[in-house]
Amino acid sequence: MAHATTAVQDQETKLIEELGYDDHFHEHEHGDKFKSNFITKYIFSQDHKMIARQFLITGIIWAIIGAAMSVIFRLQLGFPDESLAWLQPLLGKWIEVDAATGVGKLSQEFYYALVTMHGTIIVFFVLTAGLSGTFSNLLIPFQIGARDMASPFLNMLSYWFFFLAGVVMFFSLFLSTGPFSGGWVAYPPLSVLPQASDGSGAGMTLWLISLTLFVVSVALGGINYITTVLNLRTKGMSMWRMPLTVWAFFITAIIALLSFPVLVSGFLLLMFDRGLGTSFYLNEIFIGGQALDHVGGSPILYQHLFWFLGHPEVYIIILPAMGLVSEVLSTHCRKPIFGYKAMVYSILAIAFLSFIVWAHHMFMAGVNPFISNFFVIFTLIIAVPSAVKVFNWISTMYKANIRYNAASLFAIGFVSMFISGGLTGIFLGNSAIDIQMHDTYFVVAHFHIVMGVAAFFGMFAGIYHWYPKMYGRFMNETLGRIHFWGTLIGAYAIFWPMHYLGMAGVPRRYYRFDSFEYLRPFDDLNQFITIAAIITFFLQILFVVNFFYSIWKGKKMTTKNPWGSTTIEWTTPIEPVHGNWPGKLPTVQRWPYDYSKNGRDFIPQIEPLGPNESEVH
Amino acid sequence: MELTLKQNTGRSKIHPHKFALWVGCASLLMMFAALTSAYIVRQSAGNWLEFTLPEVFKYSTATIILSSIVLHASYIAFKRQNEMGYKVLLVLAGLLGVAFLGLQYQGWVQLMENGVPFTLNPSGDFVYVISWLHAAHVVGGIAILAVAMIHAFGLPFRVTPKRKLRFELSLTYWHFVDALWVYVFFFLTLYR
Repeated sequence: MAHATTAVQDQETKLIEELGYDDHFHEHEHGDKFKSNFITKYIFSQDHKMIARQFLITGIIWAIIGAAMSVIFRLQLGFPDESLAWLQPLLGKWIEVDAATGVGKLSQEFYYALVTMHGTIIVFFVLTAGLSGTFSNLLIPFQIGARDMASPFLNMLSYWFFFLAGVVMFFSLFLSTGPFSGGWVAYPPLSVLPQASDGSGAGMTLWLISLTLFVVSVALGGINYITTVLNLRTKGMSMWRMPLTVWAFFITAIIALLSFPVLVSGFLLLMFDRGLGTSFYLNEIFIGGQALDHVGGSPILYQHLFWFLGHPEVYIIILPAMGLVSEVLSTHCRKPIFGYKAMVYSILAIAFLSFIVWAHHMFMAGVNPFISNFFVIFTLIIAVPSAVKVFNWISTMYKANIRYNAASLFAIGFVSMFISGGLTGIFLGNSAIDIQMHDTYFVVAHFHIVMGVAAFFGMFAGIYHWYPKMYGRFMNETLGRIHFWGTLIGAYAIFWPMHYLGMAGVPRRYYRFDSFEYLRPFDDLNQFITIAAIITFFLQILFVVNFFYSIWKGKKMTTKNPWGSTTIEWTTPIEPVHGNWPGKLPTVQRWPYDYSKNGRDFIPQIEPLGPNESEVH
Repeated sequence: MELTLKQNTGRSKIHPHKFALWVGCASLLMMFAALTSAYIVRQSAGNWLEFTLPEVFKYSTATIILSSIVLHASYIAFKRQNEMGYKVLLVLAGLLGVAFLGLQYQGWVQLMENGVPFTLNPSGDFVYVISWLHAAHVVGGIAILAVAMIHAFGLPFRVTPKRKLRFELSLTYWHFVDALWVYVFFFLTLYR
């Protein structure tokens, strides 16, 4: 086996040498600019491989913070009568300890802050920057055969704007009035009026600054991804020969660039309302018994602007995961992805439809029911391209000789989660059913499974699969499988029962459920969910340990192409070099999914078509 | 930008930086599309103060269009190795850009004097916010032109592909903020 792989490697090196394209890249030495020192190599790096790792590790840190917050508010929801005094060293004054009994309670204000920060952090910092930022950076130049991004400098800025956004948000956690607490969607008037809640003062100001910096980061990254894909593909890499990962990142970047600026506009008006006395979103408000002189605004206007980003945002999160899963599944099933073109067209269809469904988040906010019908129809139509993708993944797995490892298991888990969460989306997309379901745990269950857990599964599949490409070592496989099975069972244990809570009418965002008689029977179920959440959280710590341990101590990668992949990132040397390929750039001769073709296990993209071979897909 | 890798895949394609700029402009355009859509949505909800735009905005519109034309002429002069024309027209375009901002300021003052002060009603506030946001982008454009002038007067005159590219990038952005204002102006004039 080892002998065979060496032969394959020699063959690949020869192919690049013979057919590769000489761009004279390594002839000019660029002075000393790329003979980097510690700072330019590890901190202000302009190398896409390093920037990808920066995004990933920053994302992991934020994921731990965001998930830990959810554990704290789950403790409140599962065990509202237990003392949380032991959390006081961590949370300080946010745990209100009764001097007489010594019982500590989570401050109600801070409960909302935790819920808000959990949403903001996971949606933006982890699943947007940590997922798409990491893998777009890593895979776009590698898989299309480019030396680096179109503008490595802007790429570096993209990471540092993200970092800065993180610093501002992190700082806001330590304000004496607490971070913003009005929900991650930041609806006015709560988000506008400092007198409405403690978090709406300085906390909200920092939240707005942080997210504006974040949008700058997304824009700089997105401009680069699009330009790189369209301009820097190597010879032979036509659009129809791009791996589905690259297609997904490319379309994701387009969606992000068209939707995030709209959010900024919404924020801009919000800032004017907050600081300069305009009334874009405010109308005839009484607060603390006093009438404000804001007249003529409309809070619904903000919701339109927010969800014009907000809905595409969920596809910004899920499309990269879908791309990663397609690639990982095909590789480990040793089969071509089923329906390559259908996959691409469904990505395009999803991207297009994502822009005309935003008001399904606002069915109960007082929008015209006739307009709602329009949004119901398009929301339900999104199920079609989504289902096409699901059927294609299942067909790819059908009768395949699947290599079960952490990467492929997470990819299969993604498909399971996406189906479970996607089906409940069809319920919620109906404005009539939404009357019953809105703002309940059914909604919480739906979006956590379909875009939270599913996106995490896609990300994990990607991390386990491309880890050797990032660090030259493998993650521990046994720990990876324990991580997978634990997380799969844990995630379903957390979110499956929430559907029943939601159908029974348990509202989301409540601090505790003892005010109404009909909510009392669910105490046990809430405890069960909380225990499942704690166990699942600690399983993720196992992943983090595995991740960092493997960077230094993992099993070393000894061959360039450990998974037997067709795509060209696996033709680069194990020890990464500036410009990705040491000599010529490889040229691409075929599509990326020639697995198990003509009696061969796989045929790399750099190998020319045989005399009687046709490139059919 | 200096560190950008030189990549040439041997195909005649648009330069990556130019393409990136176009993509960035599309993104900026979405910001204004969002604000003008919000304007329409808000307007249809009633309680909407009606007024006419100050005359000055017509002159500022003419000024910025003229500035774009002058900058384009400067670019043509540059390509034809006409050093004098290039420098004079470049400075003129920059001055017209500054004049545009001055006229916009006059417009805001006039709007206020016409009885539509800031924070009176969203209909007026939209005009202020959209034109302020646009003015901020023009300030960026003037900064870019200032850099172009530093190049023009600080470096020996030579038409190199690199300097041509730089000029084209500045030119594209300047045309973009020009067209953006024309869009905003007609929008605000038509949707009263």
